[in-house]
Amino acid sequence: MPTTSVTVPRTLSDALRVLADSPDATVLAGGTDLMVELNSGHRGATDVVVVNRIGELCTWQHNPQLGTLHLGAGITYSEIEQSPIAGWVPALAQAARTVGSPQIRHAATIGGNLGTCSPAGDGLPVLCALEAQIHLASAAGERTLPFADFMVGPKRTARVPGELITGVTVPVLPGWQGYSKVGVRNAMVIAVASSALVVDQEQQGVRLALGSVGPVILRCPEAEALVAAEGDFQSSRIRSTVVAQFAELARRAARPIDDHRSTAEYRRHAVGILAARQLRRAFPNE
Amino acid sequence: MSATGVASETTTRGGLGDNVVRPDGVAKVQGSFAFSGDLTADGFLWGATLRSPHPYARIVRIDASGAWAIDGVECVLTASDVPGRATYGLISHDQPVFAHEYVRFEGEPIAAVAADHPETCRRALAAIVVEYEVLAPLTDAERAIDGSHPPIHPDGNVLRHQRIVRGDQSIVGPITVEGTYELGMQDQAFLGLEAALALPDPGGEGVELFVATQWLHEDRKQIAACLDLPEEKVRLTLGGVGGAFGAREDISLQVHCCLLALRSGRPVRMAYSRQESFRGHVHRHPGKVWMRHHADASGHIRRIEARFVLDGGAYASTSSAVLVNAITHTQGPYKCDNATVDGWAARTNNLPCGAMRGFGVVQACFAHEAQMDKLAAAVGIDPVEIRLRNAMETGDHLITGQVIESVAPVARAIRETAALPLPDEPVGGHDGDPMRLPGGAGLTADRGHIRRGIGWGVSIKNLMYSEGFDDYSTARVRLADGVASVKFATVEVGQGFVTIAGQIARSVLGVDDVVLETIDTKIGSAGSTSASRQTWMSGGAIDGACRLVRERLFENVAAAHDLDAVQLAIDGTDVVDTLGTLRVAVAEATAGVVIDETFEYHHRPTEDLDENGQGNCHTAFAFVAQRAVVDVDPELGLVKVVQIATAQDVGRALNPMSVVGQIEGGIAQGLGLAVMEEIVQVDGHVRNASFTDYLLPTFLDMPDVVISLIEEPDPMAPMGAKGVGEPPCIAATPAIVAAIRDAIGKDISRVPVRPGDICLTEVG
Ligand SMILES: Cc1cc2nc3c(=O)[nH]c(=O)nc-3n(C[C@H](O)[C@H](O)[C@H](O)COP(=O)(O)OP(=O)(O)OC[C@H]3O[C@@H](n4cnc5c(N)ncnc54)[C@H](O)[C@@H]3O)c2cc1C
Repeated sequence: MPTTSVTVPRTLSDALRVLADSPDATVLAGGTDLMVELNSGHRGATDVVVVNRIGELCTWQHNPQLGTLHLGAGITYSEIEQSPIAGWVPALAQAARTVGSPQIRHAATIGGNLGTCSPAGDGLPVLCALEAQIHLASAAGERTLPFADFMVGPKRTARVPGELITGVTVPVLPGWQGYSKVGVRNAMVIAVASSALVVDQEQQGVRLALGSVGPVILRCPEAEALVAAEGDFQSSRIRSTVVAQFAELARRAARPIDDHRSTAEYRRHAVGILAARQLRRAFPNE
Repeated sequence: MSATGVASETTTRGGLGDNVVRPDGVAKVQGSFAFSGDLTADGFLWGATLRSPHPYARIVRIDASGAWAIDGVECVLTASDVPGRATYGLISHDQPVFAHEYVRFEGEPIAAVAADHPETCRRALAAIVVEYEVLAPLTDAERAIDGSHPPIHPDGNVLRHQRIVRGDQSIVGPITVEGTYELGMQDQAFLGLEAALALPDPGGEGVELFVATQWLHEDRKQIAACLDLPEEKVRLTLGGVGGAFGAREDISLQVHCCLLALRSGRPVRMAYSRQESFRGHVHRHPGKVWMRHHADASGHIRRIEARFVLDGGAYASTSSAVLVNAITHTQGPYKCDNATVDGWAARTNNLPCGAMRGFGVVQACFAHEAQMDKLAAAVGIDPVEIRLRNAMETGDHLITGQVIESVAPVARAIRETAALPLPDEPVGGHDGDPMRLPGGAGLTADRGHIRRGIGWGVSIKNLMYSEGFDDYSTARVRLADGVASVKFATVEVGQGFVTIAGQIARSVLGVDDVVLETIDTKIGSAGSTSASRQTWMSGGAIDGACRLVRERLFENVAAAHDLDAVQLAIDGTDVVDTLGTLRVAVAEATAGVVIDETFEYHHRPTEDLDENGQGNCHTAFAFVAQRAVVDVDPELGLVKVVQIATAQDVGRALNPMSVVGQIEGGIAQGLGLAVMEEIVQVDGHVRNASFTDYLLPTFLDMPDVVISLIEEPDPMAPMGAKGVGEPPCIAATPAIVAAIRDAIGKDISRVPVRPGDICLTEVG
């Protein structure tokens, strides 16, 4: 493997010190993205800082007063798909269950998903719909960005050299939420189109985020506004015509491309179907 | 998965008919089995290949001096370094060892290096300067055959054209159904990548190669010609093979690896990456098949017209044989007296195509089975009835005029399949497990969105080699002190020949202990592990050698006990006198004795086809019926195959567990072609040369498989057993696609079926 040095810090401050000394070092968490890139020659030799032995990054805190859940960057998908985390953010757990295989989910971290920031990353539409806060730290200090400001392009983030993603904070919401993903295989597949829908019962609103159908995860403000206006949040009731309009607005929000995994036409079609089906699951009554 | 009619006990005897466990099974599961890529030798160098980034280009200049200048680089080879024949190939040698003047497909080898480390190899390859004049690639097979494109190879753009004309050409209708069917390029996708280790003889007079291949002696012949060495100076030993499915029939790294070793004087180890493997071996022919069936009012086929265009890619490989297999199976397992078939195999700048499980019959079967369903609809009967009305029997003719002499239980296979239970689970399963719905873990659908369909696929497949090829296999059996040693060059690719070999020896010779010797070229050829042929051919050779040994054993025992040898027989592990009371253990009878016999098994001769495609070109045939049950999400176009029920004509199940393995594996591969597996090429460039994007079915995509084995021993087969490897993979694809059509009521004519084909097209 074309590397020059590998450091395995045990504390966050050690890690930040190493990164301050070599800001261009590559951060390695579960390695499920990074090793693929290295082995295929898409990445050259650099120093490596391993972060999955840092205790602070591998913990979570649930704060019932604030109604928030903080996940350290080193939390794996296999932790997320199980209780208790799955109970607080069911949509994230559903997304986690679609990631790779059990072996991949044991190694793959939420921080790594954010680090790669692929439009097909399965954790990302849920974080987007939950309006997650992304925490970053460097030797110079800490900062927190809303997801929408963190992901700036396909595989491009607001993280600067020397910075580490330390974790994410998401709200624990009452109300329906879910994640759906289309791939051409029944498991172990990269999303061709995906959709996360979150109902905020208190705010009487929904938030819809689409994956794999644009350069970044896309929110659908028009579709959300429609449901806020037309949905009956007390009795989970919505008219079929509204569901159809919702799907149409989701389709319109998509900005898909043609590639070897799918046509743009199918991607656009599929997110509409996913959004409609999710809305019906959230509002089962006509 | 359940299998009816298959015993699950393993007996200790381990003779024919028992479910003997593979001798290499535990090692493979535990990871201790040495695959070809695990081989190593003291002081070895790594070899690597420079490949063309262009599908079609003229090579203006190659400058390898930059590679030579790198520390640790021991050898750099290009076309001018090939000492012998510059080209190789299984049928015609039209493929260069290294590209010379032109590159004709993306990934064609241009140079090879040997160095002290893979990273040094990588830098050496990057330091080789190749100047290209990039040319517009020929990627449309129709353009290759219509003569409108200048030849991209000295041998021209048509790899083969063959017609079949039989019977009355004027027959039309009264019922006519027609369709054009298309198949994408499937990869064999074996898990054990191409790998080899070459050891040069001192002085460079010869070379020893450990390699994962399908046919050691054919490799040796081609390697020796390219190296300009006598064949006996090239010695091959089988390296552990992790699957083949046809992709190891052609030469890949063999010549490169040997030549690097000979030139550097050091052992050289080569191993392809997955990306490289996709470009480093031949694939299943993508193709277009047009068929028109004429039938009487009750659905009996009167005449078939067909046109096949298979894209052979840049080099010939076995395209000519694949084409003949395709067109000679146009009618499927159905009676048909009149036919007009036009078949083309084209040369293009796409990836080269050659052998893959099913060998041309996959393309034919996908088309004829869709036609049978159209015929059933036109006549107004169901898919089972149309197939029963036309079912072929022993004594019927192929459209080549060849009489089917094999046991042909087509109607029985269809009836037995139809009698197997349909899945008892409702759409979505009993317990609401999302993995039972199309879309699986993606939670894309609820039960109400799903429609279920049922479809049929029935096939005929030729076994062994065709068109006049003298196909044979050699085995040597040595019996001493109650232990049988069996020597053969039969390649074990995972199919289980190493299990069968022991079973034959145990049954025929009455021994418990069988030693399988190293699989190498120190014995005569076994032919290729392909064409569903090794149980028949190499099984026949071992059976023959064992029988010779047994005769000698009986002679010895007869002489010792003053008996007539013809009255002796094997009973368990004893020699017994069938007319008297003598019973002596084989181990005792062979104490201090060595009996050693070699046997060559040939199948009966076959003929070439004449210009009208007439002739006895095939050897024998096997049949299978499959019924697929699929759940489809019509709005998203996602599919979950729920169950495949199948009755397969196996002659005799020598190892039922092994047969079930072949059936399940074949179904997985047919399922892959039906709904996901395709190498996507755009203008000759491969877009998905990785397992991230070339999707194979996983365990979660596998349906339940319900199996009934039809055991009607074939009198022509050495032990009554037919080849079982290819038929299941042929029938699964059409059965699954028929079930999708049934679920959604649309005419789908291309595989793999993409989601958009289901949900974005109009009702046909
Ligand atoms: C077989 C297979 C199947 C897969 N299937 C899926 C799938 O279905 N869905 C899906 O979304 N993904 C999938 N992936 C991709 C991958 O598993 C996920 O993106 C995963 O979340 C990455 O996490 P990781 O810990 O392995 O990251 P790594 O590979 O260690 O790192 C990924 C990137 O993030 C950076 N990084 C990691 N941690 C930090 C940090 N704390 N701070 C700053 N940068 C950081 C790294 O430098 C690197 O650039 C699959 C991968 C494989 C190999």
